[in-house]
Amino acid sequence: MNTIYILWLRQLKKYFRSRSRIIGSLGQPILFLVAFGFGFGSIYQKANGGNYIQFLAPGIILMGVLFTAVFSGIELIWDRQFGFLKETMVAPVSRFNIMLGRTLGGATVASIQGLIVFLLTLIIGFRPQNFLMVPIAFIFIFLTALLFTSLGTAIASLLEDMQGFQLIMNFLVMPIFFLSGALFPLKGVPKIMEIIAKADPLTYGIDGVRGSLISNSTYGIVNDFLILSVVTICILGIGSYLFEKIQI
Amino acid sequence: MTSMITVSGLSKKFKDFTAVDNISFDVKKGEIFAFLGPNGAGKSTTIKMLTTLLHPTTGEITLNGHNPSKDKDAVRKAFGIVFQDPSLDDDLTAWENMYFHAVLYSIPASHRDSRIKELLEFVELFDRKNDLVKTFSGGMKRRLEIARGLLHHPSILFLDEPTIGLDPQTRNHMWSYLQNVNKKEDMTIFFSTHYMEEAEKIAQKIAIIDHGKIIAIGTNEELKKETKTKSLEEAFLKLTGKMIRSEEASGIDHLRMTRKMFRR
Repeated sequence: MNTIYILWLRQLKKYFRSRSRIIGSLGQPILFLVAFGFGFGSIYQKANGGNYIQFLAPGIILMGVLFTAVFSGIELIWDRQFGFLKETMVAPVSRFNIMLGRTLGGATVASIQGLIVFLLTLIIGFRPQNFLMVPIAFIFIFLTALLFTSLGTAIASLLEDMQGFQLIMNFLVMPIFFLSGALFPLKGVPKIMEIIAKADPLTYGIDGVRGSLISNSTYGIVNDFLILSVVTICILGIGSYLFEKIQI
Repeated sequence: MTSMITVSGLSKKFKDFTAVDNISFDVKKGEIFAFLGPNGAGKSTTIKMLTTLLHPTTGEITLNGHNPSKDKDAVRKAFGIVFQDPSLDDDLTAWENMYFHAVLYSIPASHRDSRIKELLEFVELFDRKNDLVKTFSGGMKRRLEIARGLLHHPSILFLDEPTIGLDPQTRNHMWSYLQNVNKKEDMTIFFSTHYMEEAEKIAQKIAIIDHGKIIAIGTNEELKKETKTKSLEEAFLKLTGKMIRSEEASGIDHLRMTRKMFRR
């Protein structure tokens, strides 16, 4: 228990100490929200979609969560060779607890990042229908954060250095984001895209947040919750298995 | 004297490469033991097997009465280690680095603060306790790592090339600390180094490893006598030859560069 706590705490301390990282990682979501939100807003309205900012904001919140989460998982590569990880690997504690503490810390950090983006979307014009549902939205945000931190950790456990980082960003993280329905409704897209979106766990995170904040859910928030939970547990399992196998 | 480490018939193979080839040795309790060898000879691999980070392919290890492959936690509690590469968290303060270690090694909360203070004072870093480690010089980081390695009262301390890149003042200082703890607490020290004078001066027993095999073991005097040389350096060169060894660049060398670029 202490192990999990101290590793969690460490992720938070590191996050709050790197202000440039916090601010830097906010740039992208804001740019997307402003460029797409105002750029496509009128077309979306003409096509009877309603207010595009309302639709887009949950997708952008989870974009911030996705990137921060994958990145805190991947950071394990640095830790593994230089930082604390070598220290923790020879400590008399179980590796599962190390992985869990680290991943929960990363997920908390990504959720905080989601909260900051959420507050920014409010400034730009996003209005949740019911503020009482905000805590429900944050359950989805935290689950998504946990899922993708575990995914980042799993990948980092397999990589020796940061050279594969670009590959992961371009062939995994970007597709996860762009094919998830973060930017457009999944109704009426070609069949193949619908199938891909259904296989993309981020879709359910976004759908859950949309369901709770603007009552606009495709799959229903209970389904979203169940699917997201099962996938998160599986990836957490794979992540901890691969983490156990790390040799320094 | 009882044994702290007993190694017999230890080998480690990576695919078709034998990094450690059937080595056996014994380290007594309270002894200062130096482990020497050219680059790529198998020093680090051996240390990794002793410290539970790698499983031996064949052979037996007993450390403080326990087997590192089977009884990991008992072995882990028994040793402290200072790695070849820094393993501190640069974004945390000196105190936080120590505190983290204290929690991982289940040092009771009531003792934590006093023990950390004691050791930070011991390595003369107490007045810098709230500074981030990234503001520390190489020598200060090393001292902090040593303090951390000693925090949980280990019976044995491993040091993998601990004095690399340190100036003679810091090196001297560091060894006088360690010899002091060695005497006071009867703590065994196992270290690897490329500095022959260091091994000559500090170590009570020296093993020389090359191509994965231990080619000589004994006291400084015994090794010199055996090779009919005047210094350990000459003995070392006579035993291992004058050829320069090349080690393949590993992932970590690339990382060292990329990390510098990524750090803000």
